[in-house]
Amino acid sequence: MTPQGGRVPQVQMLSPDGIFEVPAEYAEYGKYIERLNLDDFLKFYRDMARIRRFDNECTALQRQGQMGLWVPAIGQEAAQIGSGYGVGPNDHMFPSYREHGVAITHGIDLMSIIKIMRGVNHGGWNPEETRFHLYAIVLATQVLHATGYAMGVNFDGLVGTGNPDVDQAVITYFGDGATAEGDVSEALLFAATTKAPLVFFCQNNQWAISSPVSAQTVVPLYLRGTGFGVPGIQVDGNDVLACYAVTAKHMDDARNGLGPSLIEALTYRVGAHTTSDDPTKYRPAEELEYWKARDPLTRFEKFLRRQGVGDDFFEEVAIAGDQLAEQIRAETFAMPNPPLENIFRHVYSDPHPLIAEQQAWLEGYEASFDEGEAK
Amino acid sequence: MSNSVEMPIAKAINAGIQKAMQNNNKVLVFGEDVAELGGVFRVTEGLLAEFGNKRVFNSPIAESGIVGTAIGLAMRGYRSVAEIQFEGFVYPAFNQIVSQLAKLTNRSEGHLSMPVVVRIPYGGGIGAVEHHSESPEAYFSHTPGLRVISPSNSNDAYWMIQQAIESNDPVIFFEPKRRYWHKGMVNLDAPPSGMHDAKVIREGTQVTLVSYGPMIPTALQAAEVAAAEGTSIEVIDLRSMSPIDFGTIINSVKKTGRLVVASEASTSFSVSAEIAAKVAELAFYHLEAPVIRVGSFDVPYPPAKLEELFLPDADRILEAVDRSLNY
Repeated sequence: MTPQGGRVPQVQMLSPDGIFEVPAEYAEYGKYIERLNLDDFLKFYRDMARIRRFDNECTALQRQGQMGLWVPAIGQEAAQIGSGYGVGPNDHMFPSYREHGVAITHGIDLMSIIKIMRGVNHGGWNPEETRFHLYAIVLATQVLHATGYAMGVNFDGLVGTGNPDVDQAVITYFGDGATAEGDVSEALLFAATTKAPLVFFCQNNQWAISSPVSAQTVVPLYLRGTGFGVPGIQVDGNDVLACYAVTAKHMDDARNGLGPSLIEALTYRVGAHTTSDDPTKYRPAEELEYWKARDPLTRFEKFLRRQGVGDDFFEEVAIAGDQLAEQIRAETFAMPNPPLENIFRHVYSDPHPLIAEQQAWLEGYEASFDEGEAK
Repeated sequence: MSNSVEMPIAKAINAGIQKAMQNNNKVLVFGEDVAELGGVFRVTEGLLAEFGNKRVFNSPIAESGIVGTAIGLAMRGYRSVAEIQFEGFVYPAFNQIVSQLAKLTNRSEGHLSMPVVVRIPYGGGIGAVEHHSESPEAYFSHTPGLRVISPSNSNDAYWMIQQAIESNDPVIFFEPKRRYWHKGMVNLDAPPSGMHDAKVIREGTQVTLVSYGPMIPTALQAAEVAAAEGTSIEVIDLRSMSPIDFGTIINSVKKTGRLVVASEASTSFSVSAEIAAKVAELAFYHLEAPVIRVGSFDVPYPPAKLEELFLPDADRILEAVDRSLNY
């Protein structure tokens, strides 16, 4: 809803019944679907189902004490898988901490995410190699990093060269809650003034822990950038095809030198904020039911069935999900604790006397107990 | 003979940045008013003309944005020299500095390095309005992942800024703003030492006096006055607040048996406090008197007409030296 109570214009391509139709005013986005084939559609569905299965398994593992915390993304699969596949092979992604779906579209090992929540490390994958940067837990900090990175892409002259094999763009993910942080406003300003090749992708899941989006903004979030000179658009965040097309189009624009833009994917956080949260204390049950009925997987399944995809495929996906769950359970149970030296490694890139001294002290202290036992 | 020229500290920092930019085209300079104006203290004067607006540019007035984008640029392979206009304006960037800049190398298990220099003019004594005279170095020195240094003279300024830019770790580079126009000789051929080395800048036998940044001329003045009265003070320029070169301090204390630490910062929980604690631990049996801290009071920086009473001067240092000698 707009402040005046009107309906916000929104890019939608799949009706809740799974009927595909691109409204004439969004034809420029529709072109991006034309280049997809059935295999792409099946891949989208497989990954949405995979990440949901993963998510449910992780909540179970947390409940069993295998992780300190889990951060579910249930309900946001279309926004994440769709936009993730809209990101090009040279592009860089700067996530918040709930982007498990985006992660798998770019080959991040799911166990890397479990490691963070289990307390084995704070991240650790190679962001330059994967182009999927590290999870950022302090809200909106990554949005400025993405902006600086995109400024660097500009300095490198890899924007608007006319050669799609070398041009690059950057996308940053953040939630409705994070838009209240000053870093998002500063990033919009820096990106606009430097014409950075950057897409701001806001997943508006409508809840920031217990605060509804109405506590974060009065004006619809897709308009947040306009005063800074960053145009915005809202997409149906539960429509994987629309999310794919809008992301792909805006990343193309950024790569081609048209500057930054903002996408608001309107979706819903079906689960809790984290496993430490209890949404029944603040969220009306009927609202949850309303959104569950608009589930992104159900909608896409209806679309696929209309394309002639049959039970065999969905059974195969279910079996693959069970196998994935079994595998991550086994790998989580087998995951060793990190060694002592990890406390001191990589605090600095260059040698540092204090760190070396404190590591030597702790090693000696720990070893003194071993000696005691030997006697 | 070595190739030496005389220049004030501000010019020496400028020349050091210029040299670093000539040596490495990934070095960028940005911040508020750093381009055409050359910064409010003219430290970046002339760099825009030499290196162009892709390497020297004005940022919006948004300190978190300055440091946050410097981090992103570091991820992209650039080495930013980001200017914070005055130390009192660094706090909007504090989150990006302590929760991101300081931690990303660790978070990434070494996949990322953060070669970012945050230049901050600091300290008082310039008759300024509020937020232009503070000494916040302890906040940053307390943060693992950062390196914190401050030159006190032109030669160190010229070399330490280059060493900071070459560092693969984030360096908070505190510039002694009230000494910007103090002239000194700069040896253009070779650095005096590493940026984390403390230096004995005046030898003495009876009391060790450790100080840094803008207080160094005050410390040397105190030593001069004391010498005239027959007291021999050894003055150490700390140069690096994190990490601290305790070896140089301890060696001196073993010789003198007494230690006074002087800085402009509020005394409690200060860099001076860390030095006092560590020296008590490492050189207890060499001490003839407790370590004495000389600093400013634990109050907000006062209005300019009161700052002379607030800031330690040579007399306050000498009062502490006397207390140490008479203990």
